[in-house]
Amino acid sequence: MRHDYLSELPNAKPEGRRIMRATTSPTARRTRRPRVLVAASAVAVLGMITLAGCGSDDSSPSGSGGSATATPGEATATAAPVTMKDPWVKAAESGMTGAFGTLVNRTDADITVVSATSGASRTTELHEVADVDGKMVMRPKEDGFVIPAKGSHRLEPGSDHLMLMGLADAVKPGDEVPVTLTFKDGRTLEFTAVAKQFAGGKENYEPGESGMKDSGMSDMKKD
Amino acid sequence: MEENRIPPVSRRRVLAGGALTVTGALAGAGITAAVERGSGSQDGSGGDAGRRPRTVTVAYGEETVPFHGRHQAGIATPAQSHAVFLGFELAKGTDRAALGRMMRLLTDDAARLTRGEPALADTEPELAALPARLTVTFGFGPGLFRAAGVDDQRPASLEPLPRFGIDRLQDRWSGGDLLIQICADDPLTVAHAQRMLIKDARSFARLRWTQRGFRRGRGVEDDGVTQRNLMGQLDGTANPYPDDDVFSEIVWTDAGPRWLRDGGTTLVLRRIRIELETWDAVDTGAKEFTIGRRLGTGAPLTGTAEKDLPDFGAENDLGLPVISEHAHIRRAHVGEDRRRIFRRPYNYDEAVAADGRSETGLLFASFQRDIGEQFLPIQRSLAESDLLNEWTTPIGSAVFAVPPGCAAGGWIGDTLLG
Repeated sequence: MRHDYLSELPNAKPEGRRIMRATTSPTARRTRRPRVLVAASAVAVLGMITLAGCGSDDSSPSGSGGSATATPGEATATAAPVTMKDPWVKAAESGMTGAFGTLVNRTDADITVVSATSGASRTTELHEVADVDGKMVMRPKEDGFVIPAKGSHRLEPGSDHLMLMGLADAVKPGDEVPVTLTFKDGRTLEFTAVAKQFAGGKENYEPGESGMKDSGMSDMKKD
Repeated sequence: MEENRIPPVSRRRVLAGGALTVTGALAGAGITAAVERGSGSQDGSGGDAGRRPRTVTVAYGEETVPFHGRHQAGIATPAQSHAVFLGFELAKGTDRAALGRMMRLLTDDAARLTRGEPALADTEPELAALPARLTVTFGFGPGLFRAAGVDDQRPASLEPLPRFGIDRLQDRWSGGDLLIQICADDPLTVAHAQRMLIKDARSFARLRWTQRGFRRGRGVEDDGVTQRNLMGQLDGTANPYPDDDVFSEIVWTDAGPRWLRDGGTTLVLRRIRIELETWDAVDTGAKEFTIGRRLGTGAPLTGTAEKDLPDFGAENDLGLPVISEHAHIRRAHVGEDRRRIFRRPYNYDEAVAADGRSETGLLFASFQRDIGEQFLPIQRSLAESDLLNEWTTPIGSAVFAVPPGCAAGGWIGDTLLG
């Protein structure tokens, strides 16, 4: 099912997880608990999640690869010196939704996100909100998200964001949605975004629709 | 006073220094910016009269109270000047798993906001910047245990209080499955935290009541001073201080369900209306007889200073007790430390009626390890014959188990719902 169909996608992660929803199973709890909220708490204390260079691939573009201090409970990443700070996703009953957060690049070179997948959605696109003939419209960001060297790139409602399309299940408040980003050099970053009810960032596409025209987003106002 | 002899610039420093002393430990943070200098020579009027209004910002806006720990904050925390108590009713279908999701969200919000950081998806992140000792404290009402299917984990005495003769309880101030107590030294901070927390709670629960309260403004008097309630009495003279030896054995639950024992407590929230119209008609002597204390000093009628212990055996020339058998402090008195309660009350003063009649009272927040062993006996004794009942009416009542605190990475309630 999802698994099969995810693996047909170019950046599919075979181990891509579906939404993790709270259960009372102690096992589930152990695996779930150290994820997003933990990471979020750690973020504020440490300033950012450090996870650079903790994968087996040692060809880190920066010299900071050895400084990894990831501890249990922080967001996981494989071999990408980029972190996702404060990730969250807008709760949605069905169809599609947006995911947000701040990408932090600790290296001395720009890094580009070229694609994304999520265990919660059929497809995931990188979107921008652009001014087209005086109207703010959403559309795929063809060149990806560029995270400047030693800088960050914010994904937020009304701006660049991840678009999860074709949700398999409702994304309920408090759910934890796994997302994998792929960078231009092929490396990836996995993180988990917690779902929050949110009034903004309206995503009015019909399920499965990926174009911007007739998407219902053309009326979106710039903030 | 003396300040008048000091030149204007120094005088400002003196005032600022005074503010610092009052607000206590400021952990290195200085006085911010502060002073808009309206110099007399510039606007030509000279002297004090020529100064424009100046705003002195003291750094207590940035003070934080740690969220994580063995106990939830907002209990042993010296009471902040503003509070709101939010009582929720769980929506149908909010089961144990949903409660876990809700408490993770709310815990994360609280942890961030109390650090002075925006909540995730905070629509007004700037409002989070000044936490002003913000604390967020969660409590679980009896209905939550049923909804989660863990009623066997409910402390035995955690149930609606029995109806007392003095009660005139209103539904709109009573009950509730989930409590969020939000306190800070700034009302804007409280309002923002309230908004963010409600936005995350309302997928799971509906508001049943909102009760706002206040105490003296921060720095108006020393933290250690007993505050007056809106009847004019010093209220809380016999209250244990959080650093008293007996505080722990009064407040932290040490028996009953395991999940609550390691750092939890219980809260009774009573909304007590004060009948100020009729209280106004009472003269000072009668008020003091009712309470058993002097209004001015707060001293017991058998003593001279506020902290003097009342002598309940003392008699006057006629052989009658100096402190009446029905005086409030005698009826509320508890001999054994373990039977005492810890009060953390707030005043309320709502919109006034057209005829000038006030809607005034006390949010009587009582923390104790066990409601049945501590709160109930005192409440029974007061309901029986406290003279003060003539002017006070309980109109709201709710009870909550207050889970232990959590470490970073945990969430409030995980020992029950996880």
